[in-house]
Amino acid sequence: MNQHTQLWTDLGLDVPLHEKLVDSLGARYGEIIMSQKNRPRGMGYFDEAVHESHGGRIQEIVDAKRQGAKMIGTFCIYVPDELILAANAIPVALCGGTAFSIPYAEKMFPRDICPLVKSTLGLAFSKTCPFAPIKDMAVGETTCDAKKKTWDILSQRVNFHVIEIPQKKTEQGKSLWLQEVRAFRDRIEKLTGNTIEYGVLKDKIRLMNRKRLLLKQLNELRMLPEPPISGKDALVVMQVALFDEPERFCTKLEVLIHELQERVKNNVSPFTPGAARFLVAGSPSVMGNWKVHHIVETSGGAVVCDESCTGTRYFEHLVDEGGGTVDEQIEALAERYFSIDCSCFTPNTERIDHIVELVKNYHVDAVVQYILQYCHTYNIEAVRVSGALKKAGIPSIVIETDYGEEDEGQLRTRIEALLESVKG
Amino acid sequence: MSVHTKSAIGIDIGSRMTKIVRICGGTVTDAEMFDTGHNPLVELSAVMRGLNGDIVVATGYGRKLVQAPFSCGAVTEIKACARGARHLCPDCDSVIDIGGQDTKAIELGKNGGFGRFEMNDRCAAGTGRFLEVMASALGYTIENFGEEALSADMPVHVNSMCTVFAESEVVSLIMRGEDRRRIALGLHMATVRRVAAMASRITVGGRILFAGGVANNPGIGALLRDELSCELVVPERPEFVVALGAALIGLQGV
Ligand code: SF4
Ligand code: SF4
Repeated sequence: MNQHTQLWTDLGLDVPLHEKLVDSLGARYGEIIMSQKNRPRGMGYFDEAVHESHGGRIQEIVDAKRQGAKMIGTFCIYVPDELILAANAIPVALCGGTAFSIPYAEKMFPRDICPLVKSTLGLAFSKTCPFAPIKDMAVGETTCDAKKKTWDILSQRVNFHVIEIPQKKTEQGKSLWLQEVRAFRDRIEKLTGNTIEYGVLKDKIRLMNRKRLLLKQLNELRMLPEPPISGKDALVVMQVALFDEPERFCTKLEVLIHELQERVKNNVSPFTPGAARFLVAGSPSVMGNWKVHHIVETSGGAVVCDESCTGTRYFEHLVDEGGGTVDEQIEALAERYFSIDCSCFTPNTERIDHIVELVKNYHVDAVVQYILQYCHTYNIEAVRVSGALKKAGIPSIVIETDYGEEDEGQLRTRIEALLESVKG
Repeated sequence: MSVHTKSAIGIDIGSRMTKIVRICGGTVTDAEMFDTGHNPLVELSAVMRGLNGDIVVATGYGRKLVQAPFSCGAVTEIKACARGARHLCPDCDSVIDIGGQDTKAIELGKNGGFGRFEMNDRCAAGTGRFLEVMASALGYTIENFGEEALSADMPVHVNSMCTVFAESEVVSLIMRGEDRRRIALGLHMATVRRVAAMASRITVGGRILFAGGVANNPGIGALLRDELSCELVVPERPEFVVALGAALIGLQGV
């Protein structure tokens, strides 16, 4: 029996099924992440955070709730965490990255939707997500169609708020977005009963900026000729960022970065010298999903950059800390979040230029465009991205896949061939 | 030992068939093929006992499986296919390979290297397996399927490219009393459309080498030539192109 079984029972989870989920995640984590050679010691905290994501972290939130905090589930990095934190609430990203829950979703929902949404729905409906019973509200957004329609279903069972995200980055789009951020503030204040105050919001803006800067620092180390951290470990850090307590996360990340800087001085890298450098671009890889990174790195390549919501999209651009009033702070928040280049926007030229820039900055040899099956926006945008990469002379492939393992052999062949074409 | 007396063996473990080619100097001395089956190592060991090569290179879907037991190198079938194609057809621009469960289109680079490539995803549409299932649904053998299709005066349009759906579509066409050969032609055309669409994502045109077991089917070759309006070169024994490429990589280095 797991030490948290009582907690899970109290939360009304399907305990035997949930234990299966935890065991399967643990086994995969062992096989894919823990088995890597030459990992930084500082990853120990993040390994623990993953293992405790359904245990210790839940207990921590339950305790905080007893002290009056609220928990808010999110599904997209457009949701401004600063506002949630400033109202004494805890934001947690609830996107599903596990294949385990997909069969439960397929009992009720169409099969032809993206695995991220199916995994999320499966977790929500199979009583295996311990965050589900403790959240006080969930926040959706109008990004892709799969998500939009999912909110219609989820909002029937839980307290739900949908933020409207415009589809074009025009002046009208901007002003709609600002209104939506304000409306979100109102909703959060109503839920928590707390007024968001200038000083607290300033602190939270600083905190999130610190988190972004640290993640940026971590990623800059990956630009070096011999990155001190594997792509899989860097991804785990990103995945933990989405649900962990931010202050502690920052402290632990600082420790890791410090160690990595030492590794750089001593030329310690998990990769063999001269390993081909890969950029993975496209759909997010959330907790439980390490598929492409694993294939690339067990084929002799090195993932040195993630252009995704579990990568650059999450930590680039800071919120201006100079706002003198809450209104100005909210404007600054709106401005920062509006700079995220999700493929749900049209046109989305910034993203394409940005990928080419990342290729240069991270000295990338080849790009894998990673598209979750049925993720139409990234899939179609891949056409333009491929064109831009071809023009820049960078070999790339597009892979469209779900969370299953059946196509691993196929993907391995394509990724290894890309590697061979780089090596010439 | 000079390149002229050195020998190399290429093993291509495909999802359906395993192909082995031994070359010595510039010439092929042996070429063997058997069903991959569920335990390819047993049969492979038997064949390998009868062959000697200074160097062995494995490729194909099962390349990792044989790497340790035969202490050999492994390359992807994309690379091996490109090398084999370049050797057989020095002035080709690209290669289309249709095997049992994979279809590939590869841009050939200089010196036996390759550029962009496309490969079908996990679906069997446009592969040898699709044609195999359809041939048997129509009561043809895989050997005469292509010729029968070409002898039809006109095609019956087939919509489905999914192996399962197409099979039921074929059954209902038969029930409707459609001519078998016309259905066969329709199926060949559907396959070719699929393959051509994939190949068109990379640069096609000029001279293309057509490799893989399906290249033995004269129907696919003829229709593909029309569809892509290009010159399609079918080598002798196209199913051995990849294994040959692997052997050449062994001989000449990666
Ligand atoms: S991909 Fe787009 S919709 Fe999905 S989390 Fe990222 S920003 Fe949000
Ligand atoms: S991966 Fe794509 S389809 Fe899936 S939720 Fe995100 S944006 Fe939507």
